[in-house]
Amino acid sequence: MKTCLIVDDSKVIRMVARRILEELDFSIIEAADGEKAMEACRIRMPDAILLDWNMPVMSGIDFLRELRKMNGGDQPVVVFCTTENDIEHIREALQAGANEYIMKPFDSDIIQAKFAQVGLL
Amino acid sequence: MKPENFAWLCRYLQENTGLVLGSDKMYLVESRLMPVARKHLVDGLDALIETLRSRRPRELERDVIDAMMTNESFFFRDGKPFEQFRQFVLPRMLQSRATERTIRIWSAACSTGQEPYSIAMILKEEEAQLAGWKVDIIATDISHEALARARSGIYSQFEVQRGLPIQLLIKYFTQDGDRWQIVPELRAMVQFREFNLLDDFGPLGRFDVVFCRNVLIYFDQATKASILERISRIMAPDGLLYLGGAETVLGVTDRFVPLPAHRGIYGLAAEMQRMRFAAGA
Repeated sequence: MKTCLIVDDSKVIRMVARRILEELDFSIIEAADGEKAMEACRIRMPDAILLDWNMPVMSGIDFLRELRKMNGGDQPVVVFCTTENDIEHIREALQAGANEYIMKPFDSDIIQAKFAQVGLL
Repeated sequence: MKPENFAWLCRYLQENTGLVLGSDKMYLVESRLMPVARKHLVDGLDALIETLRSRRPRELERDVIDAMMTNESFFFRDGKPFEQFRQFVLPRMLQSRATERTIRIWSAACSTGQEPYSIAMILKEEEAQLAGWKVDIIATDISHEALARARSGIYSQFEVQRGLPIQLLIKYFTQDGDRWQIVPELRAMVQFREFNLLDDFGPLGRFDVVFCRNVLIYFDQATKASILERISRIMAPDGLLYLGGAETVLGVTDRFVPLPAHRGIYGLAAEMQRMRFAAGA
C-alpha cells in the first residue's frame, strides 16, 4: 500500500482528502503545516504528498524546496492542492519540484485523475 | 409527457441523429428539454413536442437535438489512447507517408473539443518531427452548441483538471479568472464542422486516423454497422480507427479488425490480411 502525506492547515480539507485517498487505497499521514510535514518526512518518506500552499509556520512552497534538498526528498510525488490558482504560482511550484497541481475546489474525480497522471494509480 | 409524445420523440431522435433512447429515459428527456421549452416560451413538454411535430421550426429542432446529446468529454480521455497515438500511430504515419508528408485526422463526435485539442497538443509537442508536414485535424459534431464551445476553446477550471497534465495547461492555455482558453495557435490547428454521423461521409474526404470514441454506444446495432462500414470507405488502406473502451467491432462489422497489442485501435481487415500474407510470404 502506498503512503500519502496530506499537508493542509484545514482539518476539514485533510478529512475530505483522506476519505478520497483511502478509497484509492492509500495509507494516510497528516500534517497541519510545512514544519510538521518535514518532521513526518524525516521519520518516513511517503510515496506521495498532497500539499497546500498557504499555511502557518512553514508554507507549502518553502516545505517543497526544503524537501527536495533532503536525502531521499526527490522521491515523493508532490501534488499541490491550493487556492493559489494563477499561472505564476503554478510555474513557481513546478520550478520548485512539484509534479502536479490541483486548483481548489477539488473533488474525487480531479484527485483521481491527477494521481493517475503522475503514475500513482 | 404523454406516452405518445415520448414515443414520437424517441423515433424522431433515432431517425435524425441515430440516438437510441430506452423507455426508461423519460426522466432524462424531461430534465433536458424543460430548459428548451422555457427558452422557446412553450408551455410544457407536450406543447414542445407538438410544436416540433407540426411545424418543425429549425431553431427548435436544433435546440432539442443539442439538449439530448451527451456532451461529456475530457482532455486526454482514458490516457492510454493518446500515449498510443504519440508512441505508435504517429511514428507509423510519419514512416508510411514520408513521400506525401500529409496526415488527415478525423475526430468524429468531438463534443466540446477536448479530443481534437488533445491531438493538437501532441502534434505540437512533436513539431520537430513534423516540420514540412501538413496535418489536418477535422473535428465534427452534430451539436451546434457543443461546437460553439469547442471553437471558443474556453474551458472551466474543473474541465482543465481532468486528464490534462499541468505542464500542458500552462503551455497551451491562457487564463481569465477561473476560465482557461486554448491559445490561438492550437485553435487554428483544428477545423470544426457541424456534421451528422447518419449523413454521407464522402464530403469529408479521406482520413489516415479516425477517432470515433464513446459515440457508437448511443446507437443501435444497424447504425453502428452502417457508421463503421462508411468509415471503412473513407479511410486510407493502412489507416487506423480508434473506438472507445466500451466499444468493439466484434459482432458489428467485419470491415475492421483489432490491432494486436494495441487495445482500442482497429485496422481495415483487408489491409491486415494483406500484411499477414506479405509477412507469411
